[in-house]
Amino acid sequence: MPQKKSSEQNGASGSIDAAARGDAALRRDLLREMLLIRRFEERCAEAYAIGKIGGFCHLYIGQEGVGVGAISSLREDDYVIASYREHGQALARGISPRAVMAELFGRVDGCSKGKGGSMHLFDRNVNFLGGHGIVGGHLPIATGVGFAIKYRGGDQVCVCFFGEAAVNNGAFHEALNMAALWKLPVIYLIENNRYGMGTALERASAINDIAERACSYDMPSEVVDGQDVLAVRAATMRALQRARSESIPTLLEVRTYRFMGHSMSDAVSGTYRSKEELEEHMKRDPIVVLRMTMEQEDGWTDADTSKLDEEVKAVVQDAWDFADASPEPPLEALYEDVFVDTTS
Amino acid sequence: MPIITYRDALNQALREEMQRDDRVFLMGEEVGVYQGAYKVSKGMLQEFGEMRVVDTPITELGFAGVGVGAAMVGLRPIIEFMTWNFALLALDQVVNSAAKMLSMSGGQYPMAMVFRGPNGAALQLSAQHSQAWESWLAHIPGLKVVAPGTPYDAKGLLKSAIRDDNPVIVLEGEMLYNTKGEVPENEEVVVPLGQAEVKREGADVSFITWGKMVLVAQQAAEQLAKENIAAEIIDLRTLNPMDADAIASSVSKTNRAVVLEEGWSVAGFGAHVADFVQRECFDDLDAPVLRVHQEDVPMPYAKNLERAAKPDAKKAVAAAKKVLYLEN
Amino acid sequence: MATKVVMEALSPTMEEGRLVKWLKNEGDKIASGETLAEVETDKAVMELVARGEGVLRKRLLGEGATAPVGQLVAVIAAPDENIDALIGGAGGDAAPAKDAKPAEEVVAKTEETAGASSVPRATEQAQGEASAPPQQKVPAFRMGTAAPKGQAPPSPTPATEQPRDGGNGEGRARTSPLARRLARERGLDLQTVRGTGPGGRIIKRDIEAAVAEGVAAQPAAAGAPAAAPPREGDFNDVPLTQMRKTIARRLSESLGPIPTFYLTADFDMDRVAEMRTAMVEMGDEFKVSVNDIVMKAVATALTLHPEVNAHWLGDRIRYFNRVHLGMAVAVEDGLITPVIFDADRKRMSEISREARELAKRARDRRLKPDEYTGATFSVSNLGMFGIEHFTAIINPPETAILAIGAVEKKPVYVNGELAARQRMRVTMSCDHRVIDGATGARFLQTLRRMLENPLMLVY
Repeated sequence: MPQKKSSEQNGASGSIDAAARGDAALRRDLLREMLLIRRFEERCAEAYAIGKIGGFCHLYIGQEGVGVGAISSLREDDYVIASYREHGQALARGISPRAVMAELFGRVDGCSKGKGGSMHLFDRNVNFLGGHGIVGGHLPIATGVGFAIKYRGGDQVCVCFFGEAAVNNGAFHEALNMAALWKLPVIYLIENNRYGMGTALERASAINDIAERACSYDMPSEVVDGQDVLAVRAATMRALQRARSESIPTLLEVRTYRFMGHSMSDAVSGTYRSKEELEEHMKRDPIVVLRMTMEQEDGWTDADTSKLDEEVKAVVQDAWDFADASPEPPLEALYEDVFVDTTS
Repeated sequence: MPIITYRDALNQALREEMQRDDRVFLMGEEVGVYQGAYKVSKGMLQEFGEMRVVDTPITELGFAGVGVGAAMVGLRPIIEFMTWNFALLALDQVVNSAAKMLSMSGGQYPMAMVFRGPNGAALQLSAQHSQAWESWLAHIPGLKVVAPGTPYDAKGLLKSAIRDDNPVIVLEGEMLYNTKGEVPENEEVVVPLGQAEVKREGADVSFITWGKMVLVAQQAAEQLAKENIAAEIIDLRTLNPMDADAIASSVSKTNRAVVLEEGWSVAGFGAHVADFVQRECFDDLDAPVLRVHQEDVPMPYAKNLERAAKPDAKKAVAAAKKVLYLEN
Repeated sequence: MATKVVMEALSPTMEEGRLVKWLKNEGDKIASGETLAEVETDKAVMELVARGEGVLRKRLLGEGATAPVGQLVAVIAAPDENIDALIGGAGGDAAPAKDAKPAEEVVAKTEETAGASSVPRATEQAQGEASAPPQQKVPAFRMGTAAPKGQAPPSPTPATEQPRDGGNGEGRARTSPLARRLARERGLDLQTVRGTGPGGRIIKRDIEAAVAEGVAAQPAAAGAPAAAPPREGDFNDVPLTQMRKTIARRLSESLGPIPTFYLTADFDMDRVAEMRTAMVEMGDEFKVSVNDIVMKAVATALTLHPEVNAHWLGDRIRYFNRVHLGMAVAVEDGLITPVIFDADRKRMSEISREARELAKRARDRRLKPDEYTGATFSVSNLGMFGIEHFTAIINPPETAILAIGAVEKKPVYVNGELAARQRMRVTMSCDHRVIDGATGARFLQTLRRMLENPLMLVY
């Protein structure tokens, strides 16, 4: 069983668990990051409603623990690549809220100069290799990043975020097979939020414990509670250690839940999931889960939360104001960045 | 000057560029141990080792994506498709990833990579293995597309493609691998992308073509010469970006254009050429632009039907005579 | 009571005016004395004012269009007043009565059959005219030739002068684009050509056959050579301003059809002589003549002065972006001017070689027509005959020619000292309809700088 492989490692990773849990200061940072994403996404919904954001827009509310937990354990020179539900990972990786919001507004100061939009956030400065809009399409790309790391003899790792529905796509199989075959330092991180758009996991996959798919590639895997940011950190750190020291890829199935619809044009609940189900899952809000730990261990109070909340709201307001003031791309930009003029 | 095959010219290009730049690597099915399905990569595994000459599983979408990922972080992959027919499985990576990455990242991620392999029909390989893809690929903004027709151009264009910092599609020809031509030994052979070449001068009619059809155009021009008709052959060599000036200057001289292409007619690249000619050379035209192309059917297996479906010298001669008002 | 608005004589010498801009729209209420439009006269842009009051019912002249003094250009009347008769009259003013009459007949017929329509056809046409974008309409007026039918002005041009393929429907001569272009360039009426292509399409060989048979009809403009390179982008056609028209008309009256004036200048040729000597010393393949150097300099200077590199085309001036240099060559019984095409883009050695070859072929009478037509500017050199100074005659539709005298050693003051210098005198004949004195002088100034500092030619 693949789980066995990772639990074998667990014995040697007591220190990892401790590092994952961190101290009060680290937990405060994790809470702040999750709150920032939450408030940012809420304002995105507002901006979408008044037409400042167009196109497809997929919010991360409910899943903040996954992105924040995994990315908080990376080094600066590691790589992150994600699907189209990537606002959270982009912010967690350190793209400025201003640049993300400006991108969503389609403005020139956006992290992709207004050419990418919600689904295509990129930032070379923080090795954020993009949001990708074709389900499964970026999985082989992550494998290629792992190949390049190995080609150069580096010890970086590429973390690839995708939804559970992508595991039914041929690209998933092709990407994981090669990564395991060639032993590449890639963490394939499934954000299992239970629904591929409106299709429940059980209606799309022949097996429900999708981490077991790793068996096909003899790849280590782990099932993780995605609403517990500290658990996500710990699992990621175990995978990172495997990747860095032995160049072994890992499949992480991180179980989470999206509190919003698939995209802005999708009701939060209704045809494919019930209000009761939604409310049940919202009881395990990753922000609340961490806050409770902090209340018990760090003497964290409601007042501390309010203060932090005000702080991140101000950051998000600043991002909004910045994006709003940023100009639209100049028309000359239309033909820019289709080709580069250089050769090597 | 040494006379070598198209296959060896490609092999030279690959080796020279891999010697020149250690970020360049070759990846694909059977490129290493097997020495290449068409032996283009013969000897390269031995020279460069398995990290740089990488045999893949049969997983076109997967390894095309691996190339994209490697290019994103600074390597310069050459992705070989055993044939472009198999690349259809990989088009998501070619079109949605490679071609668009630079634009949708606002210029942050150039994709210096090459996708190459044989294109078009060979002999009796039937429907799924006999098709020309240039019209599909040249259609995509963000991709450069080249189709060399001679050993010299094969070497020169592949080298330029590898050095270019954009994704470049190299369309080779199964039927071309054994053709021979002069390729100088002790000098750098580099053919700039986007430059056509006048392969034969003539004042009466312009054949505009590329890739394998350059040979067909040459055969047709020989036949026409026997009847004192001087055909000019414009070998586009690069389809995107297309050398519009070369077309215009030839058509303004001959006043007649025949486009030869391997692919089907509907929305084919030849239609793009014809569109350009009618728009930019209107006042120079003495006859409508004609196209010689594959019949619009899936390629049949039977020898006689296959022959009838393919564009050939006979059809090219007939088209030339038609625009010269010598035949109806 | 309707008021006719006519093109008024807004300057003492004005014979026609160009309507620059309407300041009132149809339907606007007009008070007497209000400005209706701006009109460009031969001198300035003036205001055309209302001589009555009411509503501006009809504008009969499009912006950018020209009308002779006295022509009806608008009607002011009460809102419900019937002005059909007035406008019908306008048609009569603008076009010969002969044309107006059938139109009325048609109107009558229309009324008989359709009954409902009370709008005369002439009005429809006038409406179409007035609302047509000026940039479409005005050239159609000025070309006086093959305007597409939809844009045809109410001119007396008989229908037969329109190329048949300019119309629509039956009887359209099918013509390849190339044949159409060749016919235009050679002033050939396509109607006279028999098409041998599919379905009777007129193709290149038919034009060539027609030319060979001497069917070649009247050239578009008297004396206009056929082979002015007609490619888009090689030139800019500039419609004549009223001032240019007046200059052209008045000066032509004064001095024959081409009002020529002459500019003479004396150039110091010491450095050209040095340069030539140096080049001769480098070997035979570098040998060029003084004339070659002068030609190169003229070509280069012309790129900086397109205002003298022009053709006079009667209704407009064609300024060229390419330099095709005509070179007068004396032959046994006369004179011919072969052309060095794109001389500005050619190296001196190419000019030298081409000039020699053309001169030889001219003397052998082996020049083809397209080798001696299409010059945009010409040079005539009689220096080899020891002629110090002469004037040359302009070869229309070119607008200037430069006469080159002999290079001779002469005493001149250089920095206050008397010195012996190589000097050359040139005289430029200028067509005053196109080139003014200062314009020509500036060109000669540039030419002087180039010949006195020939290194500029390699810059």
